[in-house]
Amino acid sequence: MCDTCGCNVTPGNEHLVAAGGHLAHTSSGSESVEVLKGLLAANDHQAAHNREHFDQHKTMAVNLMSSPGAGKTSLLEATIEALGTDLTIAVIEGDLETENDANRIREKGVAAVQISTGSACHLDAHMVHGALHDLDLDGIDVVFIENVGNLVCPASFDLGQHYNVALLSTPEGHDKPAKYPVMFRAADLVLVSKCDLLEVLGDFDPDTAEAYLRQIANPAPLYKVSAKSGAGMASWLDWIRSEVAARK
Amino acid sequence: MHELSVCQALISQVAQVARDRHATAVTDIYVDVGPLSGVEPPLLRNAFPIAAAGTVANNATLHLQTMPIRVRCEECGAESEVATNRLTCQSCGDWRTDLISGDELLLQRVVLEDCKAGAEAYV
Repeated sequence: MCDTCGCNVTPGNEHLVAAGGHLAHTSSGSESVEVLKGLLAANDHQAAHNREHFDQHKTMAVNLMSSPGAGKTSLLEATIEALGTDLTIAVIEGDLETENDANRIREKGVAAVQISTGSACHLDAHMVHGALHDLDLDGIDVVFIENVGNLVCPASFDLGQHYNVALLSTPEGHDKPAKYPVMFRAADLVLVSKCDLLEVLGDFDPDTAEAYLRQIANPAPLYKVSAKSGAGMASWLDWIRSEVAARK
Repeated sequence: MHELSVCQALISQVAQVARDRHATAVTDIYVDVGPLSGVEPPLLRNAFPIAAAGTVANNATLHLQTMPIRVRCEECGAESEVATNRLTCQSCGDWRTDLISGDELLLQRVVLEDCKAGAEAYV
């Protein structure tokens, strides 16, 4: 949906458009100007530019989102270990402070650029664009963008990724998709992480998590994975391999 | 709390419209917000004076309209108004639906003061 031609007029807001007319002058001499532009148009424009940059290099970009501590960095470490010889991977790390996560990734022998957001609770397309200046995409098959741990704000900002992958760790509870519908509606793939804890916890039902995901009309696949034990990682790794292959 | 970022983007767009039409002040800003946009209207309202301070929208009133969430069923075609975390068809119960309204974050209209006659129209 673009922000210029009026196709963003929906059945929910068309009455406002019809009532106003294109440019209405009021009797007081002030002027009413119809704009009809998405508030995040500048971000979306930059995101489209980022996506073009990824496409030119046939690089798949994945935006990883979850609450803090759901295991994004551990998942990436295990993913790099499993795919490192087949695929060339790079990582953009978003955190409020520290280079700790980028250093963990670099120890695996993979290029990592750290974005320190300061107090910002999410990455936006401009931050990712800045990070891309420090990352040569030649020969890179997949870039993982590890977003700031947060189930709210990152969902509103397109970064130029091809896919959103949301992690839902088992200790968080299976009703997270119902509690954070905006985030989980945006997910193209949901990973139930730390699934090695399912037995210990006893009260996380993956089928219920999937039912909540369908209730927000999201057809995304849901895989159970454990970066620690390796259980279920094959589905996730196969997904990456087939999506990367599809872009070549 | 990304509402301040969103508000700053809003002010930047409003300022551009005002510049294009050579207006000296903005009196009213009309924004549509859908619950699935991820932006909370009360937080947007709180962030607005901070983002607007010292800009052409310094004294503007922000009018927020919350949009309904509506879906169309892919199976039976029915349209229903639904809750944020239950986007299923209210007619047949199927979960395969398309969102037709409810994720808006749209600058609808601004009211400007003292526009110079003959200014270029902004479209």
